[in-house]
Amino acid sequence: MSPAPTSAACRIGVITFPGTLDDVDAARAVRHAGAQPVSLWHADDDLHDVDAVVVPGGFSYGDYLRAGAIAAHQPVLRAVVDAARRGTPVLGICNGFQILCEAGLLPGALVRNAGLHFVCRDQRLRVETNATAWTGRYPAGAEIVVPLKSIEGRYVADASTLAALAGEGRVVLRYLGTSPNGAVQDIAGIASADGRVVGLMPHPEHAIDSLTGPSADGLDFFRSAIDAVLGSISV
Amino acid sequence: MQHAAATPEQSQPYRELGLADDEYARIREILGRRPTAAELAMYSVMWSEHCSYKSSKVHLDYFGKTTSEAMRARMLAGIGDNAGVVEVGDGWAVTFKIESHNHPSYVEPYQGAATGVGGIVRDIMAMGARPVAVADSLRFGPADAVDTARVLPAVVAGIGGYGNCLGLPNIGGELVFDPTYAGNPLVNALCIGVMRVADLHLAHASGTGNKIVLFGARTGLDGIGGVSVLASESFSGQTGRKKLPSVQVGDPFTEKVLIECCLELFDAGLVTGIQDLGGAGLACATSELASAGDGGMRVDLDAVPLRALSMTPAEILCSESQERMCAVVRPSDVDAFLAVCAKWEVIATVIGEVTDGDRLVITCGGQTVLDVPPRTVAHEGPIYHRPVQRPPTQDALERSTPDTLARPSTPKDLRATVLRMVASPGLCSRAWVTDQYDRYVRGATVLAQPSDAGMLRIDEASQRGVAVATDCNSRYCALDPYAGAQLALAEAFRNVAVTGAVPLAVTNCLNFGAPTDPGVMWQFEQAVRGLADGCAQLGIPVTGGNVSFYNQTGDTAILPTPVIGVLGVIDDVRRRIPTGVGGAGDEVWLLGETHDEFGGSQWAHEVHGHLGGRPPTVDLAREQAIGTVLAAASRDGLVSAAHDLSDGGLAQALVEACLSSGAGARVNLPAQLDPFVALFSESSARVLLGVPTATASRVAQLCTDHGVRVTRLGEVHPAPELEIANIATFTLDDLSVAWTATLPALFNS
Repeated sequence: MSPAPTSAACRIGVITFPGTLDDVDAARAVRHAGAQPVSLWHADDDLHDVDAVVVPGGFSYGDYLRAGAIAAHQPVLRAVVDAARRGTPVLGICNGFQILCEAGLLPGALVRNAGLHFVCRDQRLRVETNATAWTGRYPAGAEIVVPLKSIEGRYVADASTLAALAGEGRVVLRYLGTSPNGAVQDIAGIASADGRVVGLMPHPEHAIDSLTGPSADGLDFFRSAIDAVLGSISV
Repeated sequence: MQHAAATPEQSQPYRELGLADDEYARIREILGRRPTAAELAMYSVMWSEHCSYKSSKVHLDYFGKTTSEAMRARMLAGIGDNAGVVEVGDGWAVTFKIESHNHPSYVEPYQGAATGVGGIVRDIMAMGARPVAVADSLRFGPADAVDTARVLPAVVAGIGGYGNCLGLPNIGGELVFDPTYAGNPLVNALCIGVMRVADLHLAHASGTGNKIVLFGARTGLDGIGGVSVLASESFSGQTGRKKLPSVQVGDPFTEKVLIECCLELFDAGLVTGIQDLGGAGLACATSELASAGDGGMRVDLDAVPLRALSMTPAEILCSESQERMCAVVRPSDVDAFLAVCAKWEVIATVIGEVTDGDRLVITCGGQTVLDVPPRTVAHEGPIYHRPVQRPPTQDALERSTPDTLARPSTPKDLRATVLRMVASPGLCSRAWVTDQYDRYVRGATVLAQPSDAGMLRIDEASQRGVAVATDCNSRYCALDPYAGAQLALAEAFRNVAVTGAVPLAVTNCLNFGAPTDPGVMWQFEQAVRGLADGCAQLGIPVTGGNVSFYNQTGDTAILPTPVIGVLGVIDDVRRRIPTGVGGAGDEVWLLGETHDEFGGSQWAHEVHGHLGGRPPTVDLAREQAIGTVLAAASRDGLVSAAHDLSDGGLAQALVEACLSSGAGARVNLPAQLDPFVALFSESSARVLLGVPTATASRVAQLCTDHGVRVTRLGEVHPAPELEIANIATFTLDDLSVAWTATLPALFNS
């Protein structure tokens, strides 16, 4: 009988595109959560057998054309789309969220903030569901504080998409307090229908300790993914 | 070149390029003929005030004279290099520099400010360091002026638009308003870089046969400025050639990729020498590399990747297209170098090589267009001893003391004054600005605005970190530039010290009016001397700096603004001292002495529009003593908060300390002081402390040991109120509204 898998056996890929900025932070968060970060390069169509993938924030390709539009067509993203169809947990943060929307893994779009300015703030949020691969560790309804930093952060979607997201419990995070960007229904994060792919505008990788972030509230996103991976291995 | 030699009498537009008659004559003398258009362009940009420091050099020499061997001990690179480098322990070195981008930011605020960030980041890369943070020191005209509404939001958006896209946290800076900055906004950008001591790279071209590689963006017609005079001369027969703006246009995505590419080149050991392309573009990079090396250099402009047709050699040399670097590479490493660039999709081209001669030779279209001794361009430019004279108006300024200004005395008036001051543009919350900057990226930011200093962890294993602050109260400098520069140094030193870090090194950005005005040169000379003498007293070296002259409109110069940056080191960032007062029951102490000092104060400025008298007394020995107390308190975990007192005095410090943490406080003003003086005086060398009762006796002993006076003001208490006994009680909500509403009301369009 083989021993039960441990978190150290869990390998989480972190993608770097030209212009990706938060890959260092995402890899650090993966490490702090107890898993092994694996660097993935945009031009590589091989995910190197990782168990989960983080598409980190930044300005991939300078946000040229549209935020996330060019990255969504890179070789590594095709591999991510294939892996997501097989149920591999995928987390898109900020620009990563934009990329997942552009790649068709998540519905809706992120557009310019209502106030037109870049907004960097410690954001209060409510975790609306723990039925995803990335939020299992949170009590549903948990209030957390995680940095938000974006200029194209306003989530928009058509009425039927919004109805589906609400009806299927796929709204993952909502902004609390004054809206930072005018997102529809205060949506800060959503999940795919199977709950394996999650996109967030706020940055949980910047909230893994209270020394370099406003809190350690973000770490459980990464721990949740480890649980999800180990859970699927043991099944 | 042969053409130039054959046509000695052809008239050249040297005056339009900013060269004086004698400067042009000297170029002819150096070359033994008239210069070619390319040579004239190169000399004119390199001998400009911006590149040659021709008016400031004789004064800046004073820094060298006042820096002792002991002060130099930690310095790995200093004045004259792209940026100063200091050793901070455990084999780590930190490089930091602040540079002005004032004039472009007035002409085109967004791009001017954006490319200011880009330029200082490349300076840091040129030392072999990874850029890890930026900060910006900003000054504008009156907050409610129409033009400020044009310039400020665009400058902030430009800094954010560029810096956020580079993935560098913005960890601090300043925002100052004064009427003299209307028409002369100051945008001073600071960057910090980190490297292993062994990885220091210096800009020089040596090793005959080594290749010169230009990499990064293509070279275009943007940012050519005055050299377009030559273009218009050369292209006199052509029409319809598109004129491009003389302010450079930035592309932060290209810069981000260039940073990562550069760092991979450094790591792979593929770089022998490196130089950024900033002001004066290739003209500066090639002449400085060649001048600092031990040989000559040959460059072929036909190899330079261009993004415009029909560029003249002069234009290619002087283009200030952004996001370019120039490296010296061993021939055997060229293929590997180009492969790294290809991975990052960075254009890289061999444009020349180091030669064994002593000339910089540049060819274009098969012709030699430039053949000069490089030192005469880069390091042996003109030096001016400009007339220096204390302005006759200085005496009247000193005599116009603030002593007769009407002061509030009743509790009601004092209360109103506190609220007015807190909400004033000079003192209100800077969040409207700093919330447009990413302060989190890279996961190493321990402190950022509104803390007194920014702090970064540079090594996650050891928790070693650095802190940096920039300061300048230009009103003090106007009253006494020598003392004013020392007060700026003292404030930056104190802002670093209150975080628990130990100040190590100093950089500066000296912003002044026209050097042709003897009064301005007097301010400059006094400020340099004050700063250098102050650094010598504190025992920390000036590692580099930048001079920006001609910040004036007509005859009206800006207030003298020597912005001082201080860098400190902290062994363990987990022991940082926060700004906000700590837990309920902690005592609130004031360190230092308060005198009736209102010359140049925020109160005199805000309430009376008054500037006159003497600035606060400088006491660097006491600053140092307070710094020693704070470092010890941080090391032993003795204090829960520390906040410097500066503009706005004790009232402002109390409000900020409460709002930063959300905790209330109850304080009594010192009985022997007039309440107005106690609240608003700007005496230097003072710090507000939060002290847990358990450690109070040890902190008191520390202060006694170092001769620092302690005044126990009161305590932190659970109610969200700031109570100043016998004066007023403010709810934190009221203070917060007053403090935060001002900038959004002014600048949210």
